[in-house]
Amino acid sequence: MAAHRLPVPVVGGALGVLLGAATVASLSLGASGLLPWEPLWREISPTERAILFDIRLPRLLLGALVGAGLAVSGALMQGLFRNPLADPGLVGVGAGAGLGAVIAIVLGGALPAALRAATGIYLVPIFAFAGGWAATLILYRVASARGQTSIATMLLAGIVLGALAGAVTGLLIFAADDAQLRDLTFWGLGSLAGANWPKLAAAAPILILGLLSTPLLARGLDAMALGEPVARHMGVPVERVKRGAILAVAAMTGASVAVSGGIGFLGIVVPHILRLAIGPGHRLLLPLSALFGAALLVAADTAARLLVAPAELPIGILMALIGAPVFLWILLARRAHLEI
Amino acid sequence: MLEAEQLGATLGGRAVLQAVHLRARPGEITAIVGPNGSGKTTLLRRLTGDLAGAGVVRLEGVSLTTLSARALARRRAVLPQSVSVGFPFTLREVVAMGHASGNAAHLPGVVEAALEEVGLADKIDGFFHDMSGGEQARGHLARVRAQVWAPVYEGRPAWLFVDEPVAALDIGHQLQVMAVLRRFADAGGGVIAVMHDLNLTAMHAEQMVLMEAGKISAAGSPAEVMTAPLLSRAYRCQLCMNTAPKDGVWLLPQVATML
Repeated sequence: MAAHRLPVPVVGGALGVLLGAATVASLSLGASGLLPWEPLWREISPTERAILFDIRLPRLLLGALVGAGLAVSGALMQGLFRNPLADPGLVGVGAGAGLGAVIAIVLGGALPAALRAATGIYLVPIFAFAGGWAATLILYRVASARGQTSIATMLLAGIVLGALAGAVTGLLIFAADDAQLRDLTFWGLGSLAGANWPKLAAAAPILILGLLSTPLLARGLDAMALGEPVARHMGVPVERVKRGAILAVAAMTGASVAVSGGIGFLGIVVPHILRLAIGPGHRLLLPLSALFGAALLVAADTAARLLVAPAELPIGILMALIGAPVFLWILLARRAHLEI
Repeated sequence: MLEAEQLGATLGGRAVLQAVHLRARPGEITAIVGPNGSGKTTLLRRLTGDLAGAGVVRLEGVSLTTLSARALARRRAVLPQSVSVGFPFTLREVVAMGHASGNAAHLPGVVEAALEEVGLADKIDGFFHDMSGGEQARGHLARVRAQVWAPVYEGRPAWLFVDEPVAALDIGHQLQVMAVLRRFADAGGGVIAVMHDLNLTAMHAEQMVLMEAGKISAAGSPAEVMTAPLLSRAYRCQLCMNTAPKDGVWLLPQVATML
């Protein structure tokens, strides 16, 4: 039986159109109706200018970058684990970054005033990056011995690390005061609501660097689908590919968690649908995951803003509502004919 | 020429390979035989560089450890006993991975030709995981063949290391696989094969290496190794030998009794 797949240009084109439509919707829909090309043919008011350029545009760009980063992180992690259910959330990288952010929110007040003043609004992002990196480094130390990384050990260590980070996060929440609790709850649900140019400036370079590094990993990840020994037989520098993928995942997940809290399931849903459409080859899967992830998160964020306007739904809730059933669907489909 | 000197390996503190010397010539099929647990696969893994341990392995006088992974991939391909494919790749994509990493990566049509050779040309665009166990085994053989598609590369022989390549196959496909290895050797490549079927080995191998408890207990042509005393001692059962026409040596296990 021949494998049924869709032509790549058609899929790429459709995703491009989806991203374009989501972009236009994200810029024009909301409390103030304003089409993104209106400034081209009429004078717009300072308020409208502020809405378009200081609120909607940074939010659009941040959503697109975070969506691309989370989807590509998922695809990388799944390639590394040879399992479509692996996700940065699963190996504790997201939990580590989250712990860092919670430490900053709850204990930030105890820091020396000079340090607080120096870091300013970057305090939470910096701590989240640090948490993500620390989780990844601990994971790597535990899971690798004599230059070899055991994927099974890494997966188990990641689960334990996630539980530990979750427990410490819980302790901190226990110690938090009411104002901090409100911040924590909102941040933890996952939201792009606080997007602004400084946040974008803090996260964008890391996300872009992570995204640009992935083409170097594509061939190696394909070969590793046959197992690490076979990839080595085919001349793939397996350890280097693993290290590169782990670093890229830590960077993109840390940056995403810092600016948007926990947005789950994007990293599982996007690569899974794309594998069904165009196949599992990473040379196409990684860039198209970036495109699809960006489009999906921008669209979901726009929906989150509009559904309960003038309030807005935390996007993490929306993504979980869509993502969790898809995860279960993958699980049941795989159980039918494959070992998980 | 493949030369291995003083090869050793330990697993869990136990020496599973001791002071093994081996020479294998290109243009020949060298078969490693022996009872279960005698160290055949361990020896193969030392020869491919998968397993670290005592001793040195040289291909054409160059130690394996001095070659980069990429350079090594053009000079030798390895077919393990079983390989699982983690994502829904097609047969064409799996064989193309071998082709892209090997010594004929620039040549067009290699994937199709390699699949033709193992009789799977009609399955090329199907999912790998939809194929039967025997078809998957032949698919992986096509992958490693596509990797060392040129049996002689830059004036040096390429090598195929295969671990029980016919284990999952019926007799027709066993002969087909042995024919693939034969053609590769006849074209100047070297073949090292771990084998269980002694009759098949005797029919196709130029050199037989008999392993016993981590050591080579006999090596030579099939006629030299396939003797009742040697095999009876190694396999711990009473074996009788018959010779078939055309100088082939045959083993007839149905008259064997356990020792």
